[in-house]
Amino acid sequence: MSKILIIAEHDGDTLNPGTAKAVSCAQAIGGDIDILVLGEDITEVATQAAAIDGVTTVHATSAAHLAAPLAANWAAEIAAAADGYSHVLAPSSTFGKDVLPRAAALLGVNMVSDIAAVDGERSFKRPVYAGNAIAEVSVPDGDTVVATARTASWPAAKEGGSATVNERPAASEDAGHTRYVGLESGGGDRPDLQTARIVLSGGRAFGSAENFEQLYTVADKLKAGVGASRAAVDAGYVPNDMQVGQTGKIIAPELYMAFGISGAIQHITGIKDAGTIVAVNKDADAPIFEIADIGLVADLFTVLPELEQQLG
Amino acid sequence: MKILVGIKRVVDYNVRVRVRSDGSGVETDGVKMSINPFDEIALEEALRIKEAGNAEEVIVASIGSNACEQQLRTGLAMGADRAIRVDHDGPLQPLSVAKAFLGLVEREEPGLVILGKQAIDDDNNQTGQMLAALWGRPQATFASKIVLDGGSATVTREVDAGLETITVDLPAVVTTDLRLNEPRFVKLPDIMKAKRKPLDVVPLADLGGEAGHDLAYGNFAPPPKRERGIMVEDTAALVAELKNRGLL
Repeated sequence: MSKILIIAEHDGDTLNPGTAKAVSCAQAIGGDIDILVLGEDITEVATQAAAIDGVTTVHATSAAHLAAPLAANWAAEIAAAADGYSHVLAPSSTFGKDVLPRAAALLGVNMVSDIAAVDGERSFKRPVYAGNAIAEVSVPDGDTVVATARTASWPAAKEGGSATVNERPAASEDAGHTRYVGLESGGGDRPDLQTARIVLSGGRAFGSAENFEQLYTVADKLKAGVGASRAAVDAGYVPNDMQVGQTGKIIAPELYMAFGISGAIQHITGIKDAGTIVAVNKDADAPIFEIADIGLVADLFTVLPELEQQLG
Repeated sequence: MKILVGIKRVVDYNVRVRVRSDGSGVETDGVKMSINPFDEIALEEALRIKEAGNAEEVIVASIGSNACEQQLRTGLAMGADRAIRVDHDGPLQPLSVAKAFLGLVEREEPGLVILGKQAIDDDNNQTGQMLAALWGRPQATFASKIVLDGGSATVTREVDAGLETITVDLPAVVTTDLRLNEPRFVKLPDIMKAKRKPLDVVPLADLGGEAGHDLAYGNFAPPPKRERGIMVEDTAALVAELKNRGLL
């Protein structure tokens, strides 16, 4: 039977929802599920991890050199903790993508990125070419399965569990060559594009950075994240980190509303896992209408003020 | 200091990718191929570091058949000093690529290795991290800013929660994100000059060969299609529809 170790993602105080999504993926694989919480003074995070349904044991390792999620230190600890496990999983967030390949290389195995579906204990489906193809992939017998679970593909496992918390001493030492300086959180109070329930995006049709303010106003009323097409980024209306699409962020909010975005393939690949897609564009022939669940042919400069008003 | 930059030949990002009807992969025959966009950013950053006087030489390396010399020549035209093609036909998984780059690192002893954070074909996002592990050196992934200071680099990283900053001792591996820079355009005289720059070929076996432990890739399928939905008349109808579906 599979024995699965999930690496908890957290900020020192709070468990990231990606961890519970990785638990869902592990439940699809089947087997015993444990969680490894690394950090310093992580009792609270370990308690949160133990409350996820379906988890047997939470191993909590507190050490000064593990305080920040530095891949150089965490990967060594994960590789040591992986002993006896058939699978090591993490969410495919920037955290999982940074840490887990390093751990896989230390374990001497290749890694499966972005599990979108489980076909068997060692067989999975994952998107390639920015989601334009779905590939079947399996891990050779004898190798530890090291993989990230694609966060857009898995619901968070429910709470209600009562796993045992085991204090596990650190097996690694500080690598000494990597130092954490700090984190500057982006976007102020606006929700992160990757985790926001609603995302509003704007395209080149906005015509200027100033006009994007109208989108921000509506977004703030909906507590929505704000994205943009590559065309809007290239035109300098918004910074690069707002770009949604193949070369930007690939997102899967419950509701995605595209304003003045024509729907280039580059953009569509970044949003096609969204729950509901709304398109507002004055060009009735814009390709985005081909994939939109709800379309409105209208000028965004008319629609946005109306939305602001009607959303109260 | 030398900087080693990895570049991968991939289907151009503007190409609409199609899955082969037999499910064996995606169609690459007659398709435009380019340098992986993140690798272009990696090379641009290396060139800027050299132009700022913080490096003496920029080496571009790629693993592949003759065909990838086209992308290496583009790299030389952008300004790299010399190129290395690691000769190997067929796909190579990240652990093997990392092992080959470790071989190059041992030969060239660079102070910095800059790679793209991921290739836009297999979307693995693993090679830089694996190279850093095998090399036992620091990694700074998803870089949006690199500041060199003597024997260390302070790197700003694009993470889900915002911008994280770490300091790494050199030598180190850095992987690039989109915001790091905007790559330069290649000018015609540079293309001519690039033809005279050295391009060495090294067999993969000389760098230790493949790492093994390959994942088995099976069938490739197109993603499930989204269907065209409904059209609404005006903003009020849109809001009503969204409320009706419980989305607002």
